[in-house]
Amino acid sequence: MTDHHSDIDSVTGRSTTGHEWDGIKELNTPLPRWWVICFYLTILWAIGYWIVYPAWPLISGNTTGLFGYSTRASLAVELANLDSVRGEKMVALAAAPLADIEKDPALLALARAKGKTVFGDNCAPCHGSGGAGAKGFPNLNDDDWLWGGTLEQIMQTIQFGARSGHAKAHEGQMLAFGKDGVLKSDEIVTVANYVRALAGLPTRKGYDAAKGEKIFAENCVACHGDGGKGNPEMGAPNLTDKIWLYGSDEATLIETISLGRAGVMPAWEGRLDPATIKAMAVYVHSLGGGK
Amino acid sequence: MNKTVNPNELTSDDDGGPLYVAQKKVYPQSISGTFRRIKWGLMAFCLGVYYLLPFVRWNRGLGAPSQAVLIDLPNSRFYFFFIELWPQEVYYFTGLLIVAAITLFLMNSVGGRIWCGYLCPQTVWTDLFYAVERFVEGDRRERMKKDKSSGLTLRRVGELALKHTIWLMIAWWTGGAWVLYFNDAPTLVKELVTFQAPVIAYIWIGILTATTYVLAGYMREQVCTYMCPWPRIQAALTDEWALNVTYRYDRGEKRTSVKKAAELRALGEHVGDCVDCYQCVAVCPTGIDIRNGPQLECIQCGLCIDACDNVMTKIGRPTRLIGYDNDINIHRREEGKAPIYKVVRGRTVVYSAIIAAVGSFMIYTLATRSLLDVNVLHDRNPVAVKLSDGSIRNAYTVRLLNKSGYDRVIAIDAYGPVNLTTHVVGADSVTPDRPMIVIPRDSTSELRLLVTAPADGNPEKSIPVRFRVTDIGLGEVASTTDNFVAP
Repeated sequence: MTDHHSDIDSVTGRSTTGHEWDGIKELNTPLPRWWVICFYLTILWAIGYWIVYPAWPLISGNTTGLFGYSTRASLAVELANLDSVRGEKMVALAAAPLADIEKDPALLALARAKGKTVFGDNCAPCHGSGGAGAKGFPNLNDDDWLWGGTLEQIMQTIQFGARSGHAKAHEGQMLAFGKDGVLKSDEIVTVANYVRALAGLPTRKGYDAAKGEKIFAENCVACHGDGGKGNPEMGAPNLTDKIWLYGSDEATLIETISLGRAGVMPAWEGRLDPATIKAMAVYVHSLGGGK
Repeated sequence: MNKTVNPNELTSDDDGGPLYVAQKKVYPQSISGTFRRIKWGLMAFCLGVYYLLPFVRWNRGLGAPSQAVLIDLPNSRFYFFFIELWPQEVYYFTGLLIVAAITLFLMNSVGGRIWCGYLCPQTVWTDLFYAVERFVEGDRRERMKKDKSSGLTLRRVGELALKHTIWLMIAWWTGGAWVLYFNDAPTLVKELVTFQAPVIAYIWIGILTATTYVLAGYMREQVCTYMCPWPRIQAALTDEWALNVTYRYDRGEKRTSVKKAAELRALGEHVGDCVDCYQCVAVCPTGIDIRNGPQLECIQCGLCIDACDNVMTKIGRPTRLIGYDNDINIHRREEGKAPIYKVVRGRTVVYSAIIAAVGSFMIYTLATRSLLDVNVLHDRNPVAVKLSDGSIRNAYTVRLLNKSGYDRVIAIDAYGPVNLTTHVVGADSVTPDRPMIVIPRDSTSELRLLVTAPADGNPEKSIPVRFRVTDIGLGEVASTTDNFVAP
């Protein structure tokens, strides 16, 4: 290194850094003093930051800082704020008559938003995230309802469930006609074809329609009603429509008649608060199938 | 940085190399002339607009803000006279920024750093602060003398107190005007003086008071030289034809004193017009010597032109020894040719074309934009539902934007290759076939729309559907398309 003071660039009259490459020297361009001061101030600031905020990892945990700040605590505060804001709205929802919620755009929006979230957390595992259902788990978007599709009926089903063990739960199930020895296997095949005929589906060649009608009248009408139109009181599905919970092919129908069906919808009363159940009923109703 | 620096003035460390330098205080002398008048006019205009614009009223009807220019952050709206912008229209700002940037480029290729010299807030406020300093403490020489003398007389303390008080008041008004753009100005002023305004308003006023006071009172030319990226960028944007504040060395050199120049001229010898009076240096707000050629520090405010013109007039020589010019013309004059000024050239034409294209596109889209808009989102799960009678239903989330200042009653229709019926969840059932919905003014509404195709007209896998939203009262129509899907 040369002495910079004596190393002055002849063209500009400026001192150089003393670094030279192939005869080219780098001019020394000093920083403004305020810039350097600001730089040291930022270092001081960082030290202050270490002292007041959580900063250094320790063997267990970390330094907590004088302000006692933690992201977890601030999240808790924000969640509490959110709850208090939502609380007021949920009170309004709880107070509104069920039938009026869909008529009030603000309440409808709230119920749908709340219902969608709660549905995702509690119902989606069986019914699917959009309520599309699956075999044995009803599609909640269509207009076919085992236990009735009015707002009140939907809410009742959510509250108490079906075959859930709750005292007010929907009861009634498809009996196992084959397993319990009520019908013989050829009778089951005949009545299965009769049911397919009711729904307007093609039947097996040579099936005895009169015999099927007789078996149906003796065993099925009690729940499914004359002509198989179903009965929401019993949870007995309409056998004449296009929607089948378990399937409408002959093999599935034979399985259903032989072994019975008794799917379970849990009761949500006690697990979810009344306002939430209300929101959910409105949400499910608004999916499109509600009556 | 062509400035000659005496190494002895630099702070040095043990290594012998100066690592940093103290800011050299600049004492610009007062001056009068053409460019000073232009600067006063532009300063009055810019500051007038900035301070008074929040108080300009604009009638938008009942319930809507009546402030001409308002940034309404809580409601995410931007108002500019007859224009109201929503957050999703932020692309207008993109367009505005493009126009602004290209305008800067154009200014630069025509007349150099016009922005820096006349319009930049840093320049305008610094100029104002210098005017206050001059008014209280006197002109250049007086200020230099006062700063050098160490004795603090009562008069000196009073002067300093007055100067900083005026500075702080200007700075405070700057911050105060800033917050008025974010809330109803008359209301906020009332709240501010009765200490009922939101805390954030006082915090912002505090921040802007501090930045104005520090940047215009102390940092001054340091902002332009060290902080601002524009001087670096503009160096890349300028070309050999751009006019810049230039010392016409062809005329000025060789510098000769007035007396000697007269003698030499009498003998018929060529002498320069520059009399080395240093007036151009004395008035310069960045403390440079324009005669050293184009420099990074020069903001091209034109005050040295005024200073030199005054001197030239006094000694009876032609003015504009310093003026807006370029090297090409200096060389042409040296060769005895007439100077040429080429404003219309490739880059200025391209810049102007871009400004015109983007500007007219923005005006066109603004003028023709719809105040009623609709977006449709098809349900993903399930995409289609079979109903008990065999008909097929698809559900959509419809987002309606009513950008007008009045509530609308609208109807939604769906059109496709098959006969489609629509139902809006929660809609008035008076007209079941054609749902009519009220959408409140200046807001977004979200609806659930169910579209059903009858069993006998079941579509193929997927058919296009056009959704049309009609304002029943005004007949305004917005539409969008999506697909109707079979299970």
